[in-house]
Amino acid sequence: MKRIAGMLLVVLAVAGVLWADSALSITGAGATFPYPMYSKWFDEYHKKNANLEINYQSIGSGGGIKQVTEGTVDFGATDGPMNDDQLKAYQDKHGFGILHFPTVLGADVPAYNIPGVTAELNFTQDAIAGIFLGKITKWNDPAISGPNKGVNLPANDIVVVHRSEGSGTTYIWTDYLSKVSEEWKTKVGKGASVNWPVGLGAKGNESVAGTIKNTPNSFGYVELIYAIQNNVPYGRVKNSSGAFVKANLASVTAAAAGAAKNMPDDFRVSITDAPGKTAYPISSFTWLLVPAKFSDATKRDAIKGFVKWMLADGQNYTEALSYAKLPKEVVAKELKALNNVQ
Amino acid sequence: MATTTTTVPSAGPVAASRSFLSRLREGDEIARMITFLFAASVVLVTVLLVFELWQGSVLSRHKFGFNFFRTSVWDPIFEQFGALPFIYGTLVTATVSLLIAVPLGIGAAIFLAELAPERVSDTLEFFIDLLAAVPSVIYGVLGVFIVVPLMRQYIQPALRHSFGFLPLFQGPDYGVGFLTAGIVLAIMVIPYIISVSREVLLSVPRDQREAALSLGATRWESTWKVVVPFARAGIFGSVFLALARALGETMAVTMVIGNTPVISASLFSPGYSIAAVIANEFTEATGDLHTQSLIELGLVLFILTFILNGVARLLIVATSKRGSGMGNV
Repeated sequence: MKRIAGMLLVVLAVAGVLWADSALSITGAGATFPYPMYSKWFDEYHKKNANLEINYQSIGSGGGIKQVTEGTVDFGATDGPMNDDQLKAYQDKHGFGILHFPTVLGADVPAYNIPGVTAELNFTQDAIAGIFLGKITKWNDPAISGPNKGVNLPANDIVVVHRSEGSGTTYIWTDYLSKVSEEWKTKVGKGASVNWPVGLGAKGNESVAGTIKNTPNSFGYVELIYAIQNNVPYGRVKNSSGAFVKANLASVTAAAAGAAKNMPDDFRVSITDAPGKTAYPISSFTWLLVPAKFSDATKRDAIKGFVKWMLADGQNYTEALSYAKLPKEVVAKELKALNNVQ
Repeated sequence: MATTTTTVPSAGPVAASRSFLSRLREGDEIARMITFLFAASVVLVTVLLVFELWQGSVLSRHKFGFNFFRTSVWDPIFEQFGALPFIYGTLVTATVSLLIAVPLGIGAAIFLAELAPERVSDTLEFFIDLLAAVPSVIYGVLGVFIVVPLMRQYIQPALRHSFGFLPLFQGPDYGVGFLTAGIVLAIMVIPYIISVSREVLLSVPRDQREAALSLGATRWESTWKVVVPFARAGIFGSVFLALARALGETMAVTMVIGNTPVISASLFSPGYSIAAVIANEFTEATGDLHTQSLIELGLVLFILTFILNGVARLLIVATSKRGSGMGNV
């Protein structure tokens, strides 16, 4: 027994030494929304660069910002850009800044389950905000039925469903509501978790989709891919140009292209309610958070190498997972910004 | 307790008669010290836990003070935090679950220990232990896919039809809410109550039963009037084990309670529990005050458990002194 244990120890020790010798390990943590995309990327990149291992923990955007600020991970990831206070906290602690790099785009869709209604509904900004503020309580309210002529909406109470846990999906949804409704902005605000005026909380995108599917007369928001996967009907949303647009990869990229012209140098931009006739209004970037300075040059080069790959070849993997590609202008700008990582 | 107090004095004189060195050499002293360390670590962990929770919630304790327990707004954006709806939800769901689980669990335990043939009892015990070991997320999934639709379509309309005049059974049929969470919790804690109570009932000495029977008691009379009172302390123990689990259960509750911080007299209303909100919001809490308020909620849950455990102890002591309980053994 003892001998076997001893041999095992030796084998483990040797393996450990070899492992440490051959592989550079980089750790990251943060956003859950792009996790399927990131794990695919890190996996593909590892196949091409066998000596580089990127470990990513999808602990949530808030956790990602916290950990990268504390320096426990090499990079972070978030669905909502860091605010000025958080940037300042990082600068104060480390003596240098942190940079945002958009990676992909996603969208929230208004999903519903109304018995007897199979038509694709049109939602105005006022209808969505009104329902979530608890001011519109019946499906046949004129604010909903107005742009849905010919659809026989019942006089039933609307059951609002939202996320119970803090999430990037909620951040995008409340960011949109804050832009289109002054009342939402002052009463509720935007964030990963908010004080909901009405509704049931369900945990996770799957659970929201499931609750909507199982609850008659329900209305809620889910990440686009979950609505598609779970076969939950979702509606078109009126954009800032007055057109009703359905969420798909093209309309989400269009929203990003509309915003790309005025992209700030630090990439911290919200593209909800973006301009453009074909733009889907509840879309968002998701970001990697990369420190501006590395003390370890091999780590720095490895991360820069990955970001470069992600902006070029990596973008080809996005659509299979229902994430929208970055517009070309944004990619070009990011490549330039990558030089600021030292 | 009874066994340790009887064995320690008898071992004492023997141990003392040998020198410390010889005890050390023979390993007795080493074993004593090591096991003492293990036992002491329990106290250490508890103290550290309280210390951490206390330290970690300093901001929110200072900002809100006692208002934390009195207000019911939970707003991470405008940083207003009040714990009342969560405390309420935790207590209500735990109470509902015990109201259902205690009669069912103890009844089943009596049948298994006293009335059922041994083979049936042992077979069922196997299944009960299996149920007790099922991870809570599985109960949560069962709750979402089976209990929630049943509640919405059948149970809630039926309850409203029969008892709708009570404020307990009013409001729309969401399917999720206090009652559903209580029922799912009850399903989860019943195995604990049955398993522990059965063991306790089986350990009641045979002569107690025989004495009752010899005095002319029927089978049921000897069970209900002699065996059950004799095992009372152990049965209470099983109930408080169940209560502890119901108070702290997170995953299954958050999946069926509706996650809405409201206080409502109706059991049909969606609600929220302390454990559920911590699990839901902790990872994405960006503001310090938000994080610290969640930690303070953890402290509240700890205190709640502490108080209820204390009450349980007192109850056991009080009842066992009065009657023919385990205290006399």
